[in-house]
This record gives sequence, structure tokens and C-alpha cells, in this order.
Amino acid sequence: MDSVARPFDPRLLRQVPSTRRDVVLLGVLGAAVAIAVVTAAAALARALAAAVELRLDPAAITVFLLALAARAALTSGLGVVAARMAATVKASLRADLLGAVGRRGPGWLAGQRAGELATLTGRGLDALDGYFTGYLPQLVLGVTVPVGVLAMLAFADLASAVIVLVTLPLIPIFGILVGWQTRVATERQWRRLSMLGGHFLDMLSGLPTLKAFGRARAQVAAVREMADRHREATMRTLRIAFLSALVLELVGTISVALVAVPVGLRLLGGGMTLAAAFTVLLLTPEAYAPLRAAGTKFHASMEGLTALDQAFTLLAAADGGSAGGARTAPRGGPIELRGVTVAYERTTALRDVDLTVRPGERIALVGPSGGGKSTLLNLLLGFTTPTAGRILVDGTDLAELDLDGWRRQLGWVPQRAHLFADTLAANIALGTPDAPRESIAQAARAAALGPVVDALPQGLDTVLGERGHGLSSGERQRLALARAFLRDAPLLLLDEPTARLDAASEQAVVSSTLSLVEGRTALLVAHRPALLAAATRVVRVDQGTLHELVTA
Amino acid sequence: MTTSAASPDAFAPRADLPEAEHGEVRGRGVPGDAAMRRVLAFAYPLRWRFVGAGLLAAGTEAAGLGLMAAATWLLATAAGQPPLIALSIAIVLVRALAIGRGVLRYGERLASHDAVLRMVTEVRARIFAALVDRPPARRADALSRMVSDVDAVQDLVIRVLLPMAAAGLVAVAAVGTALLADPATALVLLAGLLVTGVALPLLAARLARHGSARLAPLRAAYAVDTVDLVHGAADLAAFGARPEYEARGAAHADELARVERALARRSFAVDAAATAFGGVTAMAVMITAMSRGLPGVWLAVLAVATLAAGELALSLLAAARKGAEIQGSLRRVAELLGEPATGASGGLPVPDGSVHLRLRGAGVRYRADAPPALHDIDLDLPPGRRVAVVGPSGAGKSTLLALLTGAIAVDTGSVVADGTPITAYDRERWPAAVTGLLADAHLFHASVRDNLLLARPGATDGELVAACRTAGLGDWVDAHGLDVRVGEDGAELSGGQRQRLALARAVLADPQVLLLDEPTEGLDPAQADAVLAAVLAHRGDRSVVLVTHRLTGLDAFDEVLVLDGGSVRERGTQGWVRAHGG
Repeated sequence: MDSVARPFDPRLLRQVPSTRRDVVLLGVLGAAVAIAVVTAAAALARALAAAVELRLDPAAITVFLLALAARAALTSGLGVVAARMAATVKASLRADLLGAVGRRGPGWLAGQRAGELATLTGRGLDALDGYFTGYLPQLVLGVTVPVGVLAMLAFADLASAVIVLVTLPLIPIFGILVGWQTRVATERQWRRLSMLGGHFLDMLSGLPTLKAFGRARAQVAAVREMADRHREATMRTLRIAFLSALVLELVGTISVALVAVPVGLRLLGGGMTLAAAFTVLLLTPEAYAPLRAAGTKFHASMEGLTALDQAFTLLAAADGGSAGGARTAPRGGPIELRGVTVAYERTTALRDVDLTVRPGERIALVGPSGGGKSTLLNLLLGFTTPTAGRILVDGTDLAELDLDGWRRQLGWVPQRAHLFADTLAANIALGTPDAPRESIAQAARAAALGPVVDALPQGLDTVLGERGHGLSSGERQRLALARAFLRDAPLLLLDEPTARLDAASEQAVVSSTLSLVEGRTALLVAHRPALLAAATRVVRVDQGTLHELVTA
Repeated sequence: MTTSAASPDAFAPRADLPEAEHGEVRGRGVPGDAAMRRVLAFAYPLRWRFVGAGLLAAGTEAAGLGLMAAATWLLATAAGQPPLIALSIAIVLVRALAIGRGVLRYGERLASHDAVLRMVTEVRARIFAALVDRPPARRADALSRMVSDVDAVQDLVIRVLLPMAAAGLVAVAAVGTALLADPATALVLLAGLLVTGVALPLLAARLARHGSARLAPLRAAYAVDTVDLVHGAADLAAFGARPEYEARGAAHADELARVERALARRSFAVDAAATAFGGVTAMAVMITAMSRGLPGVWLAVLAVATLAAGELALSLLAAARKGAEIQGSLRRVAELLGEPATGASGGLPVPDGSVHLRLRGAGVRYRADAPPALHDIDLDLPPGRRVAVVGPSGAGKSTLLALLTGAIAVDTGSVVADGTPITAYDRERWPAAVTGLLADAHLFHASVRDNLLLARPGATDGELVAACRTAGLGDWVDAHGLDVRVGEDGAELSGGQRQRLALARAVLADPQVLLLDEPTEGLDPAQADAVLAAVLAHRGDRSVVLVTHRLTGLDAFDEVLVLDGGSVRERGTQGWVRAHGG
């Protein structure tokens, strides 16, 4: 909480270096705004003083209008720079976050983190707009304008300058004090409030359940009653919370009275020019305005700061751990696992495992789910790295290899292929976007996808994925097979779905799987007798250990 | 909020019921004015509270404007060195307005919030009542969006309408006062205020609407990129396709940033124009007044007051933008509020004793351009029959159960009970015939007892504990009692406890046909088998429909139905499981 409540997060300057220039620019523009504010006030004061004497002062009016236009343009410039900063920061953090996914690999994305990351990168970061365009410019002006105003007041009327100088800090001090006081006084109420506020969402989420038990209608009255109690509790809190707004308002307006009345009395005694008096009157509220605006916008910008904090935390967690080395992967040759252990926080997936895969061998992996079969495939894909032990590819440690080059030798058939928001053809040609159309169609046919393609409205050009067509699990499996056919890689890693209950096409899929396996080195996680028949060796993986089964 | 009006929700988990949008409101059908009227109808019973809040808001702004005007009068008059007594009223006025503004603001805040919260109470109750008659929205984000849509009603009143009313009243008062002094000067003031207070806010609202219309599709496209890059990370890495997809996402992100920058430039240009034009108006008013021979003191007062009024008009820009931003939310709220109850409940009393359910060629299609969620399903459920439904996720298993509860209706075919379509029966009482533990079972942020009593309001503590025992939660309830609060959707329970509490509730309901959607999810296999066996024993010879992905324990079922892609792939009797190596 404390790290979030700061008005500016210095990690931003480190994470997005281009913001340093923008921060400097904001400062320069803020200073220029202060000069324009002071110039406009002084010129207007002169024009007003002349008007009181029924004189028109064209020079003063012109300077006032020009200075005001400059102020307007500079303030807008401040906003534009802040908005540019917001856009740049968002684009840069988005690239960093998605880049971290690429660098750390799929293994880093445990289920919960994937969801959080997708939400944050997508809509979450848009909350930064409010912080950058609403709060930050006011914060800058809250520093520069009071300085300029005080300098001018000291010149025009020292006594007024002292009044402003003394009352100005009251805004942040009262803001903090009242805010703190409010929090202490209402902490218990807030907790109650959030419970009641959550009640409507709780009722909406539970509506299907209420309907399932025939209780929905009876709850309408309860919703109204809870909402009414919510209102009462909210108002109790607001009566205190709005005191801070009252204080901020009063500091600004009372200081105008504090300045105007003595200045008026001094004018009465002839100790001051009218122009100087008007300057003081016009400038005094200007000193308080930006800080008050920043104060009212701080709460609205909290969401953005929270998103920023979340992004930095995720990026810090993603630091380091770049997978893979630089050596070119050797082609062919045996793959050896030597004393490999993979331990996660709570469980050990593989314990001190040895396995050699010789070229041309097709090894079927069998055993209960959770036994470590998938971990074995993930190791070879480079998604998981051994906690202990080594994986050697023709004598070279996999950790030293260029992973992309190594993966080019792999064909991977996962249980559940991800459907990208793209055409079926592009989904098949993943990683080889310029594959000839005919090869793609051929791969689809080889994977028994032919009937599926024919059934889709635009055939191979049908868009899948988010907002597009879905595929059944059996069809996804065949899509994964088609990818592997098109890739035509020497080493195949295949994870047969545990429950593919698509009996109508099961035979076609089995025979297409067999023809894919044919002539390749393969590690097959097998659940069907048909696939076992294609294997040269069968290894049972159970509780993280391997047992060679003697094949008949 | 602006973007959610049009952008698809790309982050929704793809659940077993894909894109079940029946209960979601798109917010396109209601035009803006009608939406506004429909929402504001809720303010009518509270009109005097809102009038009071509006007057307080106007008073606040008038006090601010008056403070500057009075102070200017004080200084300009003092410069003529009159006797002190001539200034005393102005001095008192300046001090009073300085304090009055803050006090008025405080009163206005409280009055407006109290009134708007009363209004929202009624809106929430009405929306909830409207949703009762709708098929369910399946996705959590659709629900939380609905909650924030209702919050937009608060924004409409407090951040759009009240500032507009206050500014309007103060502008009328200012022009009226000027009219007393000199009509020509008043006319200049009116013209200036029309530009800064009406024309520029309209332009700002237009730009805001235009901006969100341009940003929404870009944001949606980028959201899809994100989902592909994050959830497809393994596929991309294995096939070396990551750079290509990363480049695509980066191009969308850059385009998004470019459009956002361009929109920001325009929007800030409007702000600048408003500030500059406020100064021009002030000078024009002063010069006009001078040419009309008004006294010197009043020239200064008019100029300063005009500037203050111009600053007030600046707040209208923010109100106009906010108004444009919340339009989508208001439309969705209005659509829900205006929704006549769909699918009026039939009047037939629900048969007690035993019911014979039957699906004939039942089909469900959630979206016209997607394959059906269920296709041509036949199922016979005479009293006492036990059916297990298996299949991969997305196969349509939960949709099948939703057909039996009547939560969704068939698009083709029929669902009949004792020969009559189930829609003919009294919907509120249908759960007595068919209900159970469904996929979207929710635990309320209340006690264990309250959560259980939902299923049977009059049940005794003994019955509650017995149901818990059947569901394998007996020891836990013995240790913790029935008054423990379960947290938000059962967050304070473990996954297994949560599941068993929901199961206990279904057991307690004791319908004629008990539906169980993955009842033992999150339990370890031995527990799962024991709990399922206990529930089946408790059912005796009454019907059960079980949805599961586990193939153990299905010997006790009369029929096993295998679904994939919405169709029956296979069906069999008890021997099926053994033959398939379960």
C-alpha cells in the first residue's frame, strides 16, 4: 500500500528511460506556465486599474490576452506531453511484459500468472491514462505555479506573500492529516462498506444458484434492503470523508479573504497602487488551484498507480532467467538425460532420471497422470529446466544450445493446441508463415482434418480463436497433428489426449498419428494401445521415476 | 467504461458454456435520449432532493464567483479612498462568501450523494428483478461490468448533470445581473458563455465519442493479441512463431499509442480554446461596458466575474466528456430496466411424486455464426433412472443440465416432463422437480447455515447437518458449526470444502431429479468415490444425472452418454465403462 501511495513511482524512469526526457519537458512547460500565469495576472491588473479610472489600456489588454493564450497553449502542451507519456509508457510496458513471457518461456506462466498478465497487459494498463493526463500535470503545476506566484507577490506586496506562504502548505498538510484521520476513524466502516458494496455483485453472481433453488424472487427485497443499508453506511463515512474537501476548499477561499481585506484597507490609506492590489487578488487563488486539483484527482489516479505497481512487480519477478545458450544445435545423435531432477515448490516431478533416446527410437511413455510424463516432454522443449542433472544433445548440454534452433528440429503435438485468432491455414502454418498453400492443405489432409476443413464456412480461411470459430477437442488434436506434419521435424514429441472420446474419427486420427510417427525419432505420451504398437520401447513414468517395460 | 461498450471481452475464460451471451446486454438497442429518460425516471420520486442538491451546487459556484466579484469591488472602491464605513459591507461579504463556499460545497456533496445513492438502491433492485427473468450471464466479467454500469448512474448525476445544472443556473444569474446594468454588455457576456459553456462542451463530447469509437476496435484487437501471446505461449515457443506474433502485437500497441496521442492533442486543444476564449470574453465585456458608460468600479467587477464564469464553463468540458464516456453503460442499464419479463412463467403446477423427463432432438445454439452448443440430443429420464454424461470440456455437458433446469431454452427439439413442455410449468417451483449442484454454483458471502437454507428454507439444523454428512462435510461441520461465514464465493473454505458444501446444498434440496455437475471436483480420488457413493445411496431409487470427467464409479449408472462438440458420440449401458478401460 505504501509503495503505491507515492505520487510518482521512480521505477518508471528506470523501466521506461524515454520518460526522463518527458519529465524534464513537463518541468520546463510547468515553469513556462507559471511565468504566463504571473504575466497574465499582472497585465490584467493593469488593465483593470486603468478601467476603474475609465481608461482603456490597449497594451495591458493585449499582453493579458497573449499571456492567457500562451498559458492555455502551454497547459495543453503539458497535457499533450503527459498523454504522450501515458501512451509511450503503456506501449513500452506492454512490450516489456510480453517480452518477459518470451524470455522466461511458457514454464514461467503458471495458470494464475497467465490470467493476471493478460488482463494487466490488455485493459489494466489503460488505467494509467487517468494518472498521467489528470494528476501528473497538476502535480507539476503544483510546484511551479506557487513558486512563480510567491515571487511575484513578494515583489508586489510582501505581506500578502507571507500569508500565501504560510497557508499554502496547509493544503498538503491538511490533505494528509484529514485523509489519515478519516482513514483511522472510518476503517471499520470501510470494511463494512466494501462488504455491503460487494453484496450486489455477490447476489448477481449467485443469481443462477438462487434460480436453481427457486429463491430468486424472494431476494429482490433483500437486494433493496441491503442497498439501502449500503447507502446509510456510505453516508456515515462520507460525512467525515468530505471534511477533507471542505478544508481544502476553505484554505483556498479564506486566503483570498485574508489577502483581499488587508490589501483593501491599505489601498484606503493610499499605501499601495490599485494595479498592485489587483495583481495580489488575481494571483492568490492561482497559487492554490493546482494543488487542490491534484488533491481531488489523486484518488482517481490510484487505479493507474496500482496497475503500474503491478507491472513493475511482475517485471521484477521476470528478471533474469533468460533461457538457452548460443551454441548451434547438433543434428541427429542421441539425446541423454543424466540424473535429471525437476523440483517445483511443493512437489518433485522427476527424481534423478536417466534416459537415452537413440536416433530412430520411438519411446512410448505410459503411467498415471501426474507421474511426470509431460514434464519429460517440457524438458526437451526447453519449457522446463532441470533442477539438477543435465540433458545432452549429441554430447552438448541443452542449456548451452540456441533454443530456437533446437526447437526447429522438434515437432510438438500437445494435448490441447492453442487456437490463434487467425485463419485455420495460419494456425497450421504456425512458425512457417510462408509455407505454400498446397503444403498446408496436404498437412491438413494427412492429419485427417479434411472433413473439418470442408465443414467450415470458409475452409482453410476460416478465422479461429477469440471471437472466431472454436474446434472440438478431437479437432484440436488433429490441428496439432497437421502442424507437426507441415513442420516435418526429425524429433517428435507427442502428448496423446487422455480422453479423446471422438469415436467416429478415432480410427482416422490413429492412422494419421501412426504415419506421422513413422520414420522419426519420437517420445510419445501414450494412452491408447494403438500408439504403443508403434513404439520401439515402452517406459513407465510413475512418481517421478522411470521403469523400462519389456515389450513383447 | 467507454471501451467496454463496444469491445469484446477477450479475457473471459473459455468455459464449458462458450460465449453464453443470453443474459448479457449489448446496449445497442436503446438510443441515448431514451436511455437517459429511462434512467432518470428513477430520480423523479426523489426530485426535491435533487433540486436541493442542484441549488446547493449552484450556490457553491455562485459564492466562488461572488467572492472574486466582491473582492474586486472592495479593492476598486478602496482605491477611491472613501470612508471605511463604505467598505464594511463588502468586507463582511468577502469573508462570508469565503467561508460560505466551503460550507455550501460540503452540504452539496452530502445532499447529492444521499439522493443519488437512494436512486441507485432502486435501480439495483429493479435490475436484479429484471435479471431474475433472464437466462443467466455466464461470465464473471459480464457481471462485474454490470455492477460498474450501475455505478455509471452515480456518475451521470454527480459528475454530469449536477455540474451542468449549477453552471447553467449561475450563468443565468450572471447574465441576468449584467442585464440590470446594461443590455448590450449582457448580450456580449451571453454570447461568450454560449461558446465556452455550450459549443465547446458539445465539441468535447463529440470528440470523446469519436475517440472511443476509434479506440475500441484497436483495444479489442490488442486484447486478442495479448491472449494469443500469453495463453498460446507454449505453442509459439515450440514452433518458433513468437517473433511474428510479438511483432503483430507491437504493431497494434503502437497504432493504439498513435491514435491515443492524436486524440489527446485534439482534446487538449479544446481546453486551450476555452481558456483563451474566456479571457477574450472578459475583455470584450469590459470594453463594451466602458463604451456604454458604466462606472469604473463596475468595469473591473464585470471583467473579473466574467473570467470566473469562464472558468466555471471549463468544468463543463469535463462533465461533457464524462457524459460521453458513460453512454454505453447507461444504455445497457436502460436496456435492462426497460426489459419486459421474458419467457413468462407457465402456470401448470409442478408434478410432485415422480416426473418423467424427456429430451427429443434438443439443440442449443448460443451464437448464430458458431457451431451449436448442443445438437440433436435424445435422452429419456423415467423416474429412478441414473444417467452419467461424460466428454471433454466444451462438449456441451453443462448446457445439457441447463436445459433440464429450464435455465436455457432449446432452439430446436423439445424438453418435456410427463408429456408437457417444461416451459408450461410454474418456473419458480420447477426446482422442486429438477435441480442440483450446477456448474455455476455460487456460495454466498454468508454463514454455512444461510447457504444451505436456500435449498430448503424450513429445514432443521438436524437436516442441515445430515446433508453435510452425506456430502462428506460432517466432520468439518461438527468442528466448526453452522454459523461460520464462508467468505466471498466460499473464499474462506478450501476447494474441497467449498465443493462439498455446494453438494450438501443440492442433497438438501432433494428434488425428484438430482443434477450433479462435477460434484467431486477438487476432492482426491478416494474421497470422491466415497462421497459419490454416499450421495447415490441417499438418493435411493430416485433419478440422478451426473456430469463427470472421471470414469470411475459409473457402474451404478443405467446409461452413459458421451458428448463431444455438442453431439452424442456414443452411448451405452453399464458395460460401456468396463469396455473402455475406465
